[in-house]
Amino acid sequence: MPQPRTSKEISGMGHSMKRKEDPRFIRGKGNYVDDIQLPGMLYMDIVRSPFAHARIKSINSEKALKIPGVLAVITGETLKQYNLHWMPTLSSDTQMVLPVEKVMCQAQEVAAVIATSRYIAADGVEAVEVEYEQLPVIVDPHKALEPGAQVLRTDKKDQKDNLAFHWEAGDRAATEKVFAEAEVVVKEEIYLPRIHVASIETCGCIADFDKVDGHLTVYMTTQAPHAVRTVLALVAGHVGLSEEKIRVISPDIGGGFGGKVPVYPGYVIAIAASVVIGKPVKWIEDRMENLQADSFARDYWMTTEMAAKKDGTMLALRIKTVADHGYTNASANPSKFPAGLFSICTGSYVLQQAFTEMDAAYTNKPPGGVAYRCSFRVTEAVHAVERIVDVLAQKLKMDPAAIRLKNFIQPEQFPYKSLLGWEYDSGDYPKALKLAMKNIGYDELRKEQAEKRKRGELMGIGICSFTEIVGAGPSKTFDILGIKMFDSAEIRIHPTGKAIARFGTKSQGQAHETTYAQIIAEELGIPAAHIQVEEGDTDTAPYGLGTYASRSTPTSGAAAAMAARKIREKAKKIAAHLLECAEDDLVWEVNKFTVKGAPTRSKTIQEIAFAAYTNHPQGMEAGLEATFYYDPPNLTFPFGSYICVVDIDRGTGMVKVRRFMAVDDCGNIINPMVVDGQIHGGLSQGLAPALYEEMPYDENGNNLAGSFMDYLVPTSMETPNWETDKTVTPCPHHPFGAKGVGESATVGAPPAIANAVVDALSHLGVTHIDIPITPERVWRILKAKGVAQ
Amino acid sequence: MIPSSFDYVSPTSIAEAVALLARQPDGAKVLSGGQSLLPLLKLRLGQVEKLVDIGRIPGLEYLKEEGGMLKIGGRTREAALEHSALIATRYPILHDTVRVIADPIVRNLATVGGNLAHGDPGNDHPATMLVLGAQVVVVGPKGERVIPIDQFFRGLFATALEPDEILTEIRVPTPPSRSGGAYVKLERKVGDYATAAAAAQVTLSATGVIERAGLALTNVNPVPQRAAAAEKHLIGKKPDAALLNEAGRLAAEASSPNADRRGQVDYKKEMARVLAARALQIAVDRAGGR
Repeated sequence: MPQPRTSKEISGMGHSMKRKEDPRFIRGKGNYVDDIQLPGMLYMDIVRSPFAHARIKSINSEKALKIPGVLAVITGETLKQYNLHWMPTLSSDTQMVLPVEKVMCQAQEVAAVIATSRYIAADGVEAVEVEYEQLPVIVDPHKALEPGAQVLRTDKKDQKDNLAFHWEAGDRAATEKVFAEAEVVVKEEIYLPRIHVASIETCGCIADFDKVDGHLTVYMTTQAPHAVRTVLALVAGHVGLSEEKIRVISPDIGGGFGGKVPVYPGYVIAIAASVVIGKPVKWIEDRMENLQADSFARDYWMTTEMAAKKDGTMLALRIKTVADHGYTNASANPSKFPAGLFSICTGSYVLQQAFTEMDAAYTNKPPGGVAYRCSFRVTEAVHAVERIVDVLAQKLKMDPAAIRLKNFIQPEQFPYKSLLGWEYDSGDYPKALKLAMKNIGYDELRKEQAEKRKRGELMGIGICSFTEIVGAGPSKTFDILGIKMFDSAEIRIHPTGKAIARFGTKSQGQAHETTYAQIIAEELGIPAAHIQVEEGDTDTAPYGLGTYASRSTPTSGAAAAMAARKIREKAKKIAAHLLECAEDDLVWEVNKFTVKGAPTRSKTIQEIAFAAYTNHPQGMEAGLEATFYYDPPNLTFPFGSYICVVDIDRGTGMVKVRRFMAVDDCGNIINPMVVDGQIHGGLSQGLAPALYEEMPYDENGNNLAGSFMDYLVPTSMETPNWETDKTVTPCPHHPFGAKGVGESATVGAPPAIANAVVDALSHLGVTHIDIPITPERVWRILKAKGVAQ
Repeated sequence: MIPSSFDYVSPTSIAEAVALLARQPDGAKVLSGGQSLLPLLKLRLGQVEKLVDIGRIPGLEYLKEEGGMLKIGGRTREAALEHSALIATRYPILHDTVRVIADPIVRNLATVGGNLAHGDPGNDHPATMLVLGAQVVVVGPKGERVIPIDQFFRGLFATALEPDEILTEIRVPTPPSRSGGAYVKLERKVGDYATAAAAAQVTLSATGVIERAGLALTNVNPVPQRAAAAEKHLIGKKPDAALLNEAGRLAAEASSPNADRRGQVDYKKEMARVLAARALQIAVDRAGGR
C-alpha cells in the first residue's frame, strides 16, 4: 500500500484518521428524525391491510374520530380530491399512496390517523373499521406469468397480463450457437430470495407546512434529499408546492442500504396531512411496519447456464430470470436500466458470448426492488456467475481456484470491453485471488479437507472472485426520473484557512464527514480536522442525486478533488501576487506554493486564504471557494477475491464459518480504517442472506418473517472474525484513482459462503443449495445422502 | 408496537402486591422483568387493566445455598445467575441455561421467576428446573405454598400459579457427588427461542452406573415435561454412546413439536434426539470429572 503523502496532522489520503462523526454517535448526541420535536407537532399512524389482495368495501372512521385527541382519518378518498392517491415510482410505474378500490399486498397502507400523541394515534388505528372482500392471491411470480393468470393491475387499462417488463442484453442467437456446439454445459436454478435491508433506524419524517408563506419543510430519512425535493415539486405542483419553497432535510440516518432511496406512501400522506392541517406531522414506522411494508431486495429466480470446453475454458453464459416485483415496479434503478446493472453478470471472465433476459412479474407482495447495499442488482448477477463457475469446476473435476485463474480477464486486457457493453476500467484479478489463497493457506486447507473427508467430517472451501460496477453516472446513460446522475461538492475556505464543504450526497454511516475532509486535505493541505463537512439540507447543499450504489466517492468525492483543484488554481494566482513572481515559477507541495529554486520563498494555503480576504490582487474576485459538478466518464469496477472455510455439524446441519479471507481492490484508498469498516459491515450483511435472512410468504400472501423474531439479522455472535487484505489497482479515470467500496463485500460474500457449503457436500453429488443455507436445509441434504448423524 | 392503556402500581411488599392482585384477579398481572409480558402488550396480543410491578419489593433478588438447597429469589435477574461463581462451579447446567436465554440486554432485566411463571414451553428454564427437581415457592392471600416443578406447568402459558399468587423463590436440591448436568440448545441465532434444546442431569454410582437421570426438552412439547421413558432407560446402566443415543431417541419419540419457521416436525424431532444425546454425554462427562 502506498505511503500517505501528507503528515498525520493534515491527514490526507491514506491516513486511518478516526471518524469525525463518531463522538456524537458514541455519546448519544446524534440527531435522527425521531429526535426532532416541533411546537404543535401532530402524530400519524397507519392502518394497514391484513390481506394480500382485497377489495375495500368500506372504511368507517366514526369510532376513531370519537377518541379524544384523534383529529383526522385520511383515506384514499381524501387524497383523491387532490389527485394524490397514486404516485409515480422511481421506475415510472404507479403506486398507491392510499387505496380507493383495493389493496394489493399485506401491510399496504389503507388509512392514516392524525392525533395529538403517538399513543392516541395508535388507539385511533385500532378503532378504524375496514370491511374487506378478499380476492384471489398470486404470490408465485411464475404463476403470475402463466397465460390466463388473473390480471392483478386492474388499474391499468392496457395491462392484459402480469408482466411488469421484459428486458434482455447480449446476442441470443450467437449465444445459443455456442451452447449448441459446446463440449460441456452446466445449468442450475438459482433463487436469490426476497430480503430486507432492516436498517437499525426505521423510516419516518416530519412534514411541516407553513400555511402563511407556503413553505414546506420535510425532515426525512432519505438517502437522496435533493431528488426528493424535485420529485415533490413535480408531482405536487398542482396543489401549490413550489420547489423554491420546499426544503428537505435529511438529518443523521441510522442505516440506509438502499431502503431509504424510495419515497414511501407514509411520507406523502404525512406531507398531505400537514398541508391540509397546517401543523407539523410526524410519522415514524415501527419495526414490523418497516419489515413488512417497505421495499424489499433481490427476489430473482435465475436459470443460469454456462458452456465450456472440456479443458475448463469458459465459452458462454446464459441467464434467464424471473423477477418478482410485488404489486408495482418500485425498483430504485436508473431509468434506462430496468434490471439495474445485472448485465455485469459476465463477471471476471473472458467469454465468447453471453445472453441474459428477464421477465419481471407483478404479484401480491409489497413492491420494492431496492439495491440493498449493491449497485442495482449486482448482487444477483455476481451470485449467478460465481455459483455457476463452481458448478462447472465440479463437473470438470477442476479446482475452483484453478478454473478461475484459467479464465480471468488478464491485467493487460484493461480497459476491457465486456460482452454486455461495459468497459471495465482496471483490474488485476489473478493477483487478488493468489493473495487470498496465500493468506488463507489454500493448499493446506485442501489437504485438511481431504483428510477430514476420509473421517467423514464435512469441511468446505468456497471462492468468489467478483467484479463490481459502481459509481453511477456517467450522465449520458444514467438518470433517475430524468435527473442526471452527476454529483457535487462546494468548498469554501475561511480567512483563517479552515473550510466548510457541502455535498449533494448523504452519508448514512459511510463516514463522509471524515473521508471528504481527507480528500480536500490531500488536495489543499488544510488539516482534515479543520474541514467541516455538511450534507442533507437542500437549502444549503449543492444539488446531487444522493448516496447509494457506492457512488459517493466516485462522484461527490471526485467533485471534492476537482473543486479543491479549482481553489488551488486561484490560490496560485494569489501566491504569485504575494511572492511577486510569475505563476509558472510556483510549485505546489502538500500545503504551499514555493518559488522554484528558492525553497525559503513560499506561501502556505493558510496564508493564501487570509490574503484572499485581506490582500487579494486588484481586479481579482475576493474570497476562496469553488463548486464542482462531477460527471464521471465511466463507472468504477472494484473487485476482489474472497475465500471462505466452513465446517458442517452432521447432527444439526449447522454451518459454521471457520475462516473468511477478503482481499479487496477499490483502487486508491482514502482512509484504510473506514474501508476496513465498510468491508467488515458488508461481509456481515453478506453472511446474513447466505445463512440467515429471508422474507418468505405463505400461499395467501402472509409475510412469515415480519418481525425480528423470524427475520434473522445476525449479531456479533454469529459473525466470524473477518480477515481482510488489499491490492491496489488505481482507477484510471477518477481524479485520485479511487473506486467505490461500500458494497463489494455484500456482493462478494454470499457466493463465497454458498460455494463453501456446496464444496463441503460436493463429494456427495450436491451441486447447488439456495440461500439462506439454514441448518434444516443442510440437514435435509445430509439425511437424503445418508450422512446425517 | 404501542400498547393499549393500562394502570400501573408498584407495591413495596408482597402482602400489598397480593392484595392488589386479589382485588382484580382477572384484570391484573404481575410485572417482573417484563421481557415476555411487555412485547405481548406492545404488539396488542394481550391486554391488562393493571400491571402490578413487583420491582420495588425488597428481598426478592438473591442466590444462596441453604439446607441442601440452592435458593433463587423469584425476581433474581438472569444476569445474576450468568455472572455467579456459585452457579458456574456448582450448577453448570444452570450456567449453560442462562447463557443461552435471549441476549445479554434481555438477561439484564429478565428474571428466573418470570421465565417459569410465564409458562412458555419455548423458555429455557423449565427443562432445566425439571431435571434438577426444583420446587417453586408461591405466596397468595392464603399464605405460602411449595409446588414441585413436576406439577407446576399445566398447559401453554398456564401454570399452577393462581392469578393472585406471586412466585417468590425457586429451590433447587443440591445434586449429590458424582452428578453432572448440561443444557444444549440449537437456535437459529442468538436471542432466538430454541429450535430444540435438551437438559440432562445424571448421578453416577461409584462404579459408574447411572443412578439418577433427568432429561427434559425445550420447545418440542406444548407443556414442559420430563422424558420419562428415556430417563427410565438410563437408570442402572453404564453410560456409553449407544445408550445415550437410545435415550435421545426415546425422548424425541415422546415429543410433539409444532412446525414453524424454526423447522418442520421431523427436523425438530431429530434435533431433540441429537441434542438430548449430546446433553447427556456432557452431563456424564461432568459427573465423572469431579
